[in-house]
Amino acid sequence: MSTTATVESLPNSSAEPQVNYLNARYGVKSWLLTLDHKRIGLLYLCTITFMFVVGGIAATMMRLNLLEPQGALVEPETYNKLFSTHGIVMVFFFLVPSIPATLGNFLIPLMIGARDVAFPRLNLLSWYIFVTGCLVMLYVVCTGGVDTGWTFYPPYSSAYAHTDVFLAAMAIFIAGFSSILTGMNFVVTIHKMRAPGMTWFRLPLFIWSLYATSVIFVLGTPVIAITLLLLGVERLLHAGIFDPALGGDPLLFQHMFWFYSHPAVYIMILPSMGVISELITAFSRKRIFGYSFVAFSSLAIAVISFLVWGHHMFVSGQGVYAGLVFSVLSFLVAIPSAVKVFNWTATLYKGSISYEAPMLYALGFIGLFTIGGLTGLFLASLSTDVHLNGTYFVVAHFHYVMVGGAVMAFMGGIHFWWPKITGRLYPDLWARFAALVIFVGFNLTFFPQFVLGYLGMPRRYAMYPAEFQALNVLSSAGASVLAVGYVIPLVYLIWSLKYGQVVGPNPFGAKGLEWTTQSPPLTENYVKTPIVTEEAYAYENAPEPEVARV
Amino acid sequence: MSSHPQSAAHGQPMVHEHIVPVSTYLAVFITLLIATGLTTWVAFQDLGNWNVVVALVIAVCKASLVVLFFMHAKYNKGLSRIVLVGAVFWLGIMITFTLADELTRHWQISPQPWAGAIIPVIHRLLF
Ligand code: HEM
Ligand SMILES: [Cu+2]
Repeated sequence: MSTTATVESLPNSSAEPQVNYLNARYGVKSWLLTLDHKRIGLLYLCTITFMFVVGGIAATMMRLNLLEPQGALVEPETYNKLFSTHGIVMVFFFLVPSIPATLGNFLIPLMIGARDVAFPRLNLLSWYIFVTGCLVMLYVVCTGGVDTGWTFYPPYSSAYAHTDVFLAAMAIFIAGFSSILTGMNFVVTIHKMRAPGMTWFRLPLFIWSLYATSVIFVLGTPVIAITLLLLGVERLLHAGIFDPALGGDPLLFQHMFWFYSHPAVYIMILPSMGVISELITAFSRKRIFGYSFVAFSSLAIAVISFLVWGHHMFVSGQGVYAGLVFSVLSFLVAIPSAVKVFNWTATLYKGSISYEAPMLYALGFIGLFTIGGLTGLFLASLSTDVHLNGTYFVVAHFHYVMVGGAVMAFMGGIHFWWPKITGRLYPDLWARFAALVIFVGFNLTFFPQFVLGYLGMPRRYAMYPAEFQALNVLSSAGASVLAVGYVIPLVYLIWSLKYGQVVGPNPFGAKGLEWTTQSPPLTENYVKTPIVTEEAYAYENAPEPEVARV
Repeated sequence: MSSHPQSAAHGQPMVHEHIVPVSTYLAVFITLLIATGLTTWVAFQDLGNWNVVVALVIAVCKASLVVLFFMHAKYNKGLSRIVLVGAVFWLGIMITFTLADELTRHWQISPQPWAGAIIPVIHRLLF
């Protein structure tokens, strides 16, 4: 239980500042023109954190409004803009790039023993493109917002909405190119830049999961881009593509939208699964149970995720035959997801477990993701979905996977690699406290929504029948706890940049190449290209942690 | 569009960079222009059921030219080919499953005309 951890007397943990990627060059220009994957990762981290705050403000206002059945805060029109902004910002401008563009950028070259990604300039370009998309979206938010929901369904979006649908769609269109560039960069990097001895089956599972994610980026993102472009064309030029009044087919939009957007939910969760594999092994100091099963389940998820999109359209008028096929295939995608959960649990078995903050997030992930995934199966059953579609049950389902799963893993990953990124440790006690607050706040916010949805409360309304108030107040109360849980890490992580305890290369005694180089790493990552001689997670011969275990 | 052969080898030196003569690019470009003219012309002809088919055939030819020559698919082997085939296959997935909905959407409401002829036959065979 000590926050005063023992620091091993390694040469580079002395008071003398060593040269690293952070202090090698100074000044705004050295950041804005950097080609260093680590710095680009940090640029992304700042950007998505800002967007998370924007999306979070919209969510806070929604939860405040829902304190009263008649709506406590805003007009219904404003409420529509709030949930649309929240969804668009959180999905496209926070969660999709969250782990890949921050931790992925930072860690992939380090983990495979490379000096940088394959295309450093494209990497920087991807950040500029992303920022452009963010700015366009922020412009839309500041000049009246958008009210179609994050799903942009026509004919409402193409023919009737009076808000700036076109620009909002273009913001996502632009941001999509940064995803494509990142995905392509990662695929090439993982194929071509591995250090000698780093065979495919010695890769950390984080790399496997990001490889699978990158494949989805490259195959899926062009489809959402062209879909939104077609929507824009129909809105501006009245070409008949989706609007039945013009001879189009509104379900065509839904097909194309979900062809990307279901795989996109796996863009959000696969990297998190990779993070969890690293955390579970590091804090139970054991090899992963069934390495190749975990590795291939990532690829299986990436492939199957492209075959299930119609489960979002069961009651949209889609053919019953198609609905049947999509239902069966949706059940399949749960198999590789479950393989991972079982393998993590088996890894814990007889492990030497300690409960540092990253591990608390990892354990939280396993439970919450399981609930989220299993409720997905309720929704994937044709008949139950008729009842649950369009209710708060769906909202609870995807928040369990996206917040309880993806965001928890993101937080866990940030805490795990923070000493590597900054060379400093955050206050351990605060970190574990915050993890607990987030877990409690999260469940308090979203569990009541399962019940509300089952009882029939529809999503995306500014008002609700009075009998639903108690559960809604509970949910809003939980949201405020959750908000506190997110603010605490923001404060102590920034604090730690200056005052955090200085640590050596491997504070947690973890395996993996990234822990063999100094913290923070050199701009070139390694003085000499490392040579890999063992499998990942060979915890039998892991070094002792520098900080006391808890 | 790069009509300059050297620009492909910009940056890191490639091992097997195929140099395509400018004349090839120009020929492809002109073919694309002609095909675009054809697309426009065909759009004003009423071919009945063939309208969509003809438009799609021209579009596929144009896309193939772009992929084969401008994207160098014709000169790349191995992994690049696999990537290309994968992408086309994925497009196939999207179209197939979308059609699985589109073609079966009206089954219960109004059976397809051919169903009226076929169902009695099946019935007689089975029962
Ligand atoms: C175990 C696998 C999963 C299955 C079988 C599943 C199934 C479903 C189904 C059937 C729906 C549609 C419900 C409806 O609209 O009536 C749905 C909605 C949703 N799911 Fe999942 N899901 C799974 C995992 C995930 C994951 C991992 C994520 C994200 C990280 C996710 C995010 C979403 C989102 C965002 C929606 C709502 C989309 C909307 O209408 O706005 N799901 N899920
Ligand atoms: Cu889905």
